[in-house]
Amino acid sequence: MYKYDEIDQQIVDERVTQYRDQVRRYLAGELTEDEFRPLRLQNGLYIQRHAPMLRIAVPYGMLSSRQLRKLGDIAKKYDKGYGHFSTRQNLQLNWPKLEDTPDILAELATVEMHAIQTSGNCIRNITTDQFVGIAPDEVIDPRAMAEIMRQWSTFHPEFALLPRKFKIAVSGTKQDRAIVQAHDIGLEFYRDNNNKVAIKVWVGGGLGRTPILGSVIREHLDWQHALTYCEAIIRVYNLHGRRDNMFKARIKILVKALGINEFRNQVEAEWTHLKDGSNTITEAELNRVAQHFEAMPYENLPDHDAGFDAAIASNPGFSAWVKRCVHPHKQAGYRAVTLSLKPHGKAPGDVTSEQMWAVADLADEYSFGELRSSHEQNLILADVKLSDLYAVWEKAKTNGLATPNIGLLTDIICCPGGDFCSLANAKSIPIAKAVQMQFDNLDYLHDIGDIELNISGCMNACGHHHVGHIGILGVDKDGSEWYQVTIGGKQGNDASIGTVIGPSFSAAEMPGVIQKLIEVYIKERTPEERFIDTVRRLGVKPFKAHVYAKDEVAA
Amino acid sequence: MSNLVKIENGIAAISNDDWTLVQLPVTQVEERKQAGKVVLFKLTGESTVTEDQIANTVIPATGKIIVPLSVFVERNNELTNRIAQGEVGVWLATHELLEYLIQQQADLNVLPMIAVFVERFADGRIFSLGTLLRTRYGYKNELRAFGDVLRDQLFFLKRSGYTSFVIRQDRSAQDAIASLNDFSKPYQGAVDDPQPVFRRYNRGA
Repeated sequence: MYKYDEIDQQIVDERVTQYRDQVRRYLAGELTEDEFRPLRLQNGLYIQRHAPMLRIAVPYGMLSSRQLRKLGDIAKKYDKGYGHFSTRQNLQLNWPKLEDTPDILAELATVEMHAIQTSGNCIRNITTDQFVGIAPDEVIDPRAMAEIMRQWSTFHPEFALLPRKFKIAVSGTKQDRAIVQAHDIGLEFYRDNNNKVAIKVWVGGGLGRTPILGSVIREHLDWQHALTYCEAIIRVYNLHGRRDNMFKARIKILVKALGINEFRNQVEAEWTHLKDGSNTITEAELNRVAQHFEAMPYENLPDHDAGFDAAIASNPGFSAWVKRCVHPHKQAGYRAVTLSLKPHGKAPGDVTSEQMWAVADLADEYSFGELRSSHEQNLILADVKLSDLYAVWEKAKTNGLATPNIGLLTDIICCPGGDFCSLANAKSIPIAKAVQMQFDNLDYLHDIGDIELNISGCMNACGHHHVGHIGILGVDKDGSEWYQVTIGGKQGNDASIGTVIGPSFSAAEMPGVIQKLIEVYIKERTPEERFIDTVRRLGVKPFKAHVYAKDEVAA
Repeated sequence: MSNLVKIENGIAAISNDDWTLVQLPVTQVEERKQAGKVVLFKLTGESTVTEDQIANTVIPATGKIIVPLSVFVERNNELTNRIAQGEVGVWLATHELLEYLIQQQADLNVLPMIAVFVERFADGRIFSLGTLLRTRYGYKNELRAFGDVLRDQLFFLKRSGYTSFVIRQDRSAQDAIASLNDFSKPYQGAVDDPQPVFRRYNRGA
């Protein structure tokens, strides 16, 4: 993965100094609440319900074991001994003290980490596929470009105070796993007819209170122009995006108001001035950064391992785990492993310091000292030998990281919700826990098969509920918490926004509602169908009918 | 004491201000609201200048003046001689269009001063305006930020081409100077140094 040179290190060190002084001035009354807010937000610091929340950047989801160990240390020393992986692949601490945050950032800087632009109205952490670099269906490894874009977007002076937050995702696979269509800018890398690396550029996607999938603004962009083209897009947005109403301030609203054609015309006109300018990426720079992402020193291995096959045959627990948590790899004899942060009855995405240390050890022993976080809020060991899988499973199990539920109903994507977040209308974690307990039967879960359940505590949609096969949204009705249910949302190349099934439910009703949705699916499905396929085939109607049917009274 | 910070020959210092800022008279006209209607984003909720305001603006008879963009355009004939003598600068608010200025004054370097008024410090349009003035329109003279100008935005303003800053009256301009150098080696090319870090340094492999 990318390693800092002196220039990178100096920037994060200077950031710590700058931020320390900003906190000092705030505490001394030299900065008002309103003046301090954008400063602390651009350093990932929210003021939450109980305490501040600090969001630490995990650029495009890549972590070293050393970094994860440090995160575990920091959670222990400055927090309550756990952290929470977010749907943007970042790590959040829920209980740090404001006064401690400069020290936390200083500690992070020692392991080449920071919290720069993890919040606020600026370009946020760039996200990608958690299987980047190792996925068999990958065409281009976009990590070098993601790192170049991270550097370009860090303290970009022109875009320091945009109308609203700005999220960029990159992807280089046939099957999109980075939800590029649900981002302000989505960059889809591919090889063009001349076998050159090119980018299909999506713009104006986003979830939040107005969920919209992005539009293609450019089918073909040479990679050298990635920065200048993004500058053209963001400049048009910075100048013309709405600033009078924060709910109408995302770029998607501007794109929709102007229409993609007019928006494209404005961007292209702007780009004629920027194209081939000094921010054009050079071959030398791409090569320099790409060296950090070269393939691991893999051994030449056969694609079968007798010990592994025997363990699968003899151990149903191991076999179930392999089925859900082990993923294909482009290198023969290797697999990727998802460590589930979704044990039943725990807050999805939460991880204790002890678990972080254990995962760091696993990464060192079995996966070249690196790991990734996913937007599904799990951790991934990307390069595990087939012959090591059994040992990894046993150790993961010991640490509560081997729930074989990846891609199943209980692998719930969930925001922190009303338990922590001051924006939330409703709690989300208790709903997740209740659903996990309702479906705490692995055979049944496996029978239900692939399904995505997403929960957001408010319309800001941090839990990406619009693209969940089942989406749950917390709403506020006269001061009490209710839950609106959508079905038919999907991420990926054929992304769609879910449809609301009807009036909302109380928290107590939710596990039963999910149960009924599943019942309809089980009854109606064809042998090959996943939940989402059945919903797409039948539409919302039969699901709605069953969920809202009056309880039949026995005669 | 002056609250003006000026960068000259790469050195920032507190400086006396020999310019007079000309304001539009306060208007009674209500702000333009476009509830639920998305027509012209840049005017949404922002006040527009009326003909009366332009006509009633008091332009001092002597000295160096910074006039509002609308006055500069609509009453340009009154200013012709003074423009020629380098006594007239222009200021605009962040929602105003540079095209409006360029139509009136194709060669911006006739103006010794352009100032941009930022009503709220969080309004980042000021950065794009500075960048465009410097890179698109080739403006080379003093570019000033005034209004809600605070030290934590100075680094970005400087990088966006601004060379002078009127720090908000209740804050220390002296303290603010330090923030101009918050970062020594920024990553991306911008107005003050168009070369990105990968073109400035040999970062090795």
